[in-house]
Amino acid sequence: MPDLGLDVLFKGKNMLRLLGGLWVAVRISLISVALSIPLGILLGIVMTFKNPITKTVTRIYLEFIRIMPQLVLLFIVFFSSTRTLGWDISGELASVIVFTAWGTAEMGDLVRGALISIPKHQYESASALALSPSQTYFYIIIPQTVRRLIPLSINLVTRMIKTTSLILMIGVVEVLKVAQQIIEANRMSSPNAAFGIYLVVLIMYFMICWPISMLARYLEKKWR
Amino acid sequence: MAEVLLKVKDLVKQFDGSTVLDGISFDVRRGEVIVVVGSSGCGKSTLLRCINALEPIQGGSVELGGEPVVHGSKNLAKMRQQIGMVFQSYDLFPHMNVIDNILLAPLKVQKRNKSEVRAEAMELLKRVGLEDRAESYPRQLSGGQKQRVAIVRALCMHPVLLLFDEVTAALDPEMVREVLDVMLDLAGQGRTMIIVTHEMQFARAIADRVLFIDNGKIVEDTDPDTFFENPKSDRAKQFLNIFNFERSK
Ligand SMILES: Nc1ncnc2c1ncn2[C@@H]1O[C@H](COP(=O)(O)OP(=O)(O)O)[C@@H](O)[C@H]1O
Ligand SMILES: [Mg+2]
Repeated sequence: MPDLGLDVLFKGKNMLRLLGGLWVAVRISLISVALSIPLGILLGIVMTFKNPITKTVTRIYLEFIRIMPQLVLLFIVFFSSTRTLGWDISGELASVIVFTAWGTAEMGDLVRGALISIPKHQYESASALALSPSQTYFYIIIPQTVRRLIPLSINLVTRMIKTTSLILMIGVVEVLKVAQQIIEANRMSSPNAAFGIYLVVLIMYFMICWPISMLARYLEKKWR
Repeated sequence: MAEVLLKVKDLVKQFDGSTVLDGISFDVRRGEVIVVVGSSGCGKSTLLRCINALEPIQGGSVELGGEPVVHGSKNLAKMRQQIGMVFQSYDLFPHMNVIDNILLAPLKVQKRNKSEVRAEAMELLKRVGLEDRAESYPRQLSGGQKQRVAIVRALCMHPVLLLFDEVTAALDPEMVREVLDVMLDLAGQGRTMIIVTHEMQFARAIADRVLFIDNGKIVEDTDPDTFFENPKSDRAKQFLNIFNFERSK
């Protein structure tokens, strides 16, 4: 078997450090998703309004966030806020801001889609059965919307976790950055470590994202 | 003759200024089965939707058992409980199984006793041949089965009037019969119904009276034999001709 430099992994606290880095990435994603869900629901509801002003504003926001590469957004928030506004925000906070802005846009679009995809007949059948508007929302509309949303928002979580690999560019020490540090430190003693360590990082991303994807797929099937 | 149950008077319905129903008046007596026919887009669905106030109306009135049915009014929920409606498109709630679909309104709107309603629902499901489908979800049912469930769901509210809007129009031909049979059974029980349908033989068999709507008005209001054999108006003759085929050779 070729030497992958895996021994480096078991040197000192390297494995723990990698897991710590992974936790940073997961934590940023989870905080961002936790913020994105309520904000996205609000945005999604606003997006269904017929008002031309809210329509245009939300549309521009959504398009802007989608068109900009996440890395550019990270740079804008991290560097421009320090330079131009004089705020000294941490890389982690900048990441949460960017990921929340992104997650809110994506979530908002999902909520909008879920809301408008409930056929008019669902509201009417409920009315014809004498359900009040609030009963209609509570028993008919919200359960159907949530069922459509949950699998989609779980996929958003995995996309976020994967995208956290960019935040090392603004100095956040997450799993990929830790991996680089370990490889650097062992360049002499274990020149092959790069391959082994990155392989482990890959497996870590997989171990986190795969179960989440499976859960999403399961829920999607169950609630189709 | 039985007493008048539903009284529709000078009903006017407009959409964005264009008049769809232009002074519709008719009475329905308890136990009567009314079939409403007319060409596509003449306002049949709109008429049914005005009767249970799914649509606001621009003139006239609808009264059920002497009480007005008014869009947005306080007693509307109470009035709607007395009017069962089944639509053309399958309108079961897809996230609930059959029995929950049926129980929802009796439990949440009428606050009735669960075991009682459940027993009644099972009885009704049996009557339409679906007692083994209580736990199924709508997506597991055929179109004809869904419509039968929708009928049971309406019946479970104990309505005094039933509205059917082309309930077989979206069904494959082999499923039409099973749904029409349920409606014939209801007619046999003496239920009061207003039925919109394009199934002319069925209309003739089930109707006590046929209303023919054209240009926003009731052009014929007569018994089915007269309507199908000797319609007075040219428009009704033209309309009925659509359903007749001459031999082509
Ligand atoms: N919500 C609506 N907004 C505007 N026009 C409508 C609406 N609903 C129905 N109409 C119009 O009213 C007319 C009657 O429609 P409908 O009652 O569905 O006819 P039918 O059921 O006899 O085929 C049609 O011309 C239709 O385009
Ligand atoms: Mg119609």
